[in-house]
Amino acid sequence: MMGLDMFDLAPAMTEIFLICVALALLMLGAFRDEEQDSHRFVSSLAIMALMVSLFIVLMGDKSRAVTFSGLFITDGFAAYMKALVLIGVAVCLVMTPGYFQKENVNRFEYTVLALFATVGMLMMISANSLISLYVALELQSLPLYVMTAFHRDRLRASEAGLKYFVLGALASGILLYGCTLVYGFTGTLSFPGLAEVLSPEKIGEGTIGIGVVIGLVFVAAGLAFKLAAVPFHMWTPDVYEGAPTPVTAFLAAAPKVAAMALTIRVFYQPFGDWASQWQQIVVFISIASMLLGAFAAIGQSNLKRLLAYSGIGHIGFALVGLAAGTEQGVYSVLVYIAIYLTMTLGVFACVLALRRNGAPVEQIDDLAGLAKQQPLFAAAIAVFMFSLAGIPPLAGFFGKFYVFMAAVDAGLVPLAIIGVLASVVGAYYYRRIVKIMFFDETLDPLDQSIGGEYSIVLGIAAIFNLAFCLRPGLLLGHAERAALALFT
Amino acid sequence: MSDWPLLSLVIFLPLAGAGFILLIRGEEEVVNQNAKAIALWTAGITFLLSLMIWGNFDYTRSDFQLVERIEWLPGLNINYHVGVDGISLFLILLSTLTTLVCIGVSWESVQVRVKEYMVAFLVMETFMVGVFCALDFVLFYIFFEGILIPMFLIIGIWGGPRRVYSAFKFFLYTLLGSVLFLVAILVMYLQEGTTDIPTLMTATFDPTLQNWLWLAMFASFAVKVPMWPFHTWLPDAHVEAPTAGSVVLAGVLLKLGGYGFLRFSLPMLPEATAYFTPLVYTLSIVAVIYTSLVALMQTDMKKLIAYSSVAHMGIVTIGIFTLNPLGIQGSIIQMLSHGLVSAALFMCVGVVYDRLHSRDIDYYGGLVHRMPGYALVFMLFMLASVGLPGTSGFVGEIMVLIGVFQVNQWVALFAATGMVLGAAYMLWLYRRVIFGDLTKEHLLMIRDLRPHEIASFAPLIILVLLMGIYPALFLDPMAASVDHLLTQAGALPETELAGGQAGEALR
Repeated sequence: MMGLDMFDLAPAMTEIFLICVALALLMLGAFRDEEQDSHRFVSSLAIMALMVSLFIVLMGDKSRAVTFSGLFITDGFAAYMKALVLIGVAVCLVMTPGYFQKENVNRFEYTVLALFATVGMLMMISANSLISLYVALELQSLPLYVMTAFHRDRLRASEAGLKYFVLGALASGILLYGCTLVYGFTGTLSFPGLAEVLSPEKIGEGTIGIGVVIGLVFVAAGLAFKLAAVPFHMWTPDVYEGAPTPVTAFLAAAPKVAAMALTIRVFYQPFGDWASQWQQIVVFISIASMLLGAFAAIGQSNLKRLLAYSGIGHIGFALVGLAAGTEQGVYSVLVYIAIYLTMTLGVFACVLALRRNGAPVEQIDDLAGLAKQQPLFAAAIAVFMFSLAGIPPLAGFFGKFYVFMAAVDAGLVPLAIIGVLASVVGAYYYRRIVKIMFFDETLDPLDQSIGGEYSIVLGIAAIFNLAFCLRPGLLLGHAERAALALFT
Repeated sequence: MSDWPLLSLVIFLPLAGAGFILLIRGEEEVVNQNAKAIALWTAGITFLLSLMIWGNFDYTRSDFQLVERIEWLPGLNINYHVGVDGISLFLILLSTLTTLVCIGVSWESVQVRVKEYMVAFLVMETFMVGVFCALDFVLFYIFFEGILIPMFLIIGIWGGPRRVYSAFKFFLYTLLGSVLFLVAILVMYLQEGTTDIPTLMTATFDPTLQNWLWLAMFASFAVKVPMWPFHTWLPDAHVEAPTAGSVVLAGVLLKLGGYGFLRFSLPMLPEATAYFTPLVYTLSIVAVIYTSLVALMQTDMKKLIAYSSVAHMGIVTIGIFTLNPLGIQGSIIQMLSHGLVSAALFMCVGVVYDRLHSRDIDYYGGLVHRMPGYALVFMLFMLASVGLPGTSGFVGEIMVLIGVFQVNQWVALFAATGMVLGAAYMLWLYRRVIFGDLTKEHLLMIRDLRPHEIASFAPLIILVLLMGIYPALFLDPMAASVDHLLTQAGALPETELAGGQAGEALR
């Protein structure tokens, strides 16, 4: 049986395909004539490859399959999350070449690195043991460090890259230490094995042992770093601000989806029976993230820093659903993260499109008077801001609605109340942006022309956020099936 | 005819009009003219359609009528469910009428970003009508919150000098209340497994839980009404909002709180309602007396009327919590009356503000010499606000006072005091602005009402008089629903039919 599993490559089709494409593109880029715009060419091919992967994921077999000696798992849950990651990466790649061309760092390696990171994210989603978890996480992280510092002539980008690398390495160390503790106290690395060893029938009514709990806390800390949740969020604002904007968009979108998938799997599969043990950790992280995200963003004047704090807050809201510890909770997180993805991609498309005399602008005050010059563009930003704030009838409201419902359902009413109050505070700074765009005047207008790729992305994302309330079933049905897959 | 989705049509037609306006392109002058024309036509047709709701409304039935129901959020038992009863019927009409009036008011006074302005008002109309039609909690909440977005923009873009501060204060106050309401919705949903409002009205909740739910809802509705001490956003919002913004704020938005009490707090949480009635009475009395005194001291006309709104809405909340047919019907009439009268008073301020750009009471004086038509209109609404018999204000106040007198004489006494104070500040305002000699230099050339202003005032004048002279026209449709509401609130035994009692008492 084991031998057969070893050679069953079908469940890992997507990953294998993508890694082959990435290697081929590396060769192609290296041997292509320097004169041509190889970045745009390579990235178009990469986007096509991502679309093919998306097709494989969506059309492929969604039943549970385990391969590579039980290290790798695919199921409906993984398919849902992988689809989100692939969409997120593809959209980010669409938005990248135009920006890098203007900044004169137009190098094709970026796309290849992004593909490697994507494979890492897909593997994170499919990780079924602590070893594959760690390997996948590193495969995802290392290209991200390089991408952050991609604008190597700029001091801020290099600083951000270094900061991200050092703190990321620390977090990986903490995570690995947690894994060793768990392994030491249970004797197994695989998630099903852990679930069996830790099943309540095996160890009775008592607790799972202090060693395992400490291990779990370390693992949670490592995952919280990847999610940029408080108290492991310190890197986020600096990295978001310092990295080139397309990289910031990349960081804010797909890796968070993957990290959330991994977190759900770790907490629900090996430790699913011990929700009472980890619930308080998640509740704490969630509350701290929501509050910090809400309050720290108020004073920001840089748009990317503000979005960093907003991202921290949103992860806090998503964790409210996770804290519920129920199937309903997972479902709500899946809905939330999908909506978060569309809002984030849309809002970063807006940030990328903001230019004055050809140079990118990042200050919030630069948006002043935008509504007069480019009403549709300003309206799209307003849609994202109100959606991020969770004002109905926009999509962001439904995300919050589902997580709070899951929390109340699980008896976590205080958590839900803190959550809604944090969302009121958060609403303040989102509306400040709307206010600056619509109420203020400017003498120094921004450039009129928005790149075609940005207008398409932000148009689609804005329509999704506006029209979500009309046919919510489209997304909700998929999320429900995905959540169910984790529990059967 | 009756197969038409009439309610959905009324809800979404303004949205379609707004979408249409967004598509207009071309010269700014032409765009502005077309935007106004489309907005006027859309609002007009919507108003006519909403009159058809009244036409199709069956007075004898107490349940929801013209119901539409479509599955919306699958697997959660949350539906797109709309309908009207006697309580919401006139509030829907008030919303469509107010929007129409608002567009008339803004015809000349709004010069910048006309297109966006009309879009904001039409979107707001969709939300306002939707709120009163919604029979599903989630749907209700979406409309309820959605109103904040256009209102925020209206105050913030077209408002006065301190508009940004006011817009933020308005938004944060109301949002803070609403999110607690959302938690209450979630708790009720998880208790009963549905967000269907008619179903939840028949549900019974544990008394302790009821108290918490009631408080969570109170946080939201008390801010909207607004009740003392949650009213401080209102004067700021009114003063800074453009005239039409004030009109819609006073005309419809303040009614959301009262409607929320009637629709949710009373029928769904009867024990908690009984338990908290003294609290509501106390806050309302403070509101009536305190804000009347504050109004006396104002030097800004809009602020004065804003404070008078708080006082009038205090009468409404007292009426709602009398839990007898007379009081509740009175409070609904009072809401409608206040919607018309205070909207008209804000328009009166707007008329002189458009001409001289000042709202200071001292800036004016002796206007009757130059503006006799204006003085007449202002007088009518001023007297309606005071509660002169023959105007709508009288009907509402007297019904509430009789209703509350049956329950608690002291509350009736204090509420009546507030009305005396109300007469004092309104008459004094009128005297200072309209009467006296026309000595001030800048007033010598002021012009009387123009045709579009008269056209905006006309429907309000007719309705205020109609409601004052023949209130049965409005009381009859709501009688059955109010009795039904009181049986649900446990204040009226199932068998006793008090229908029409209130109307008869008046005749």
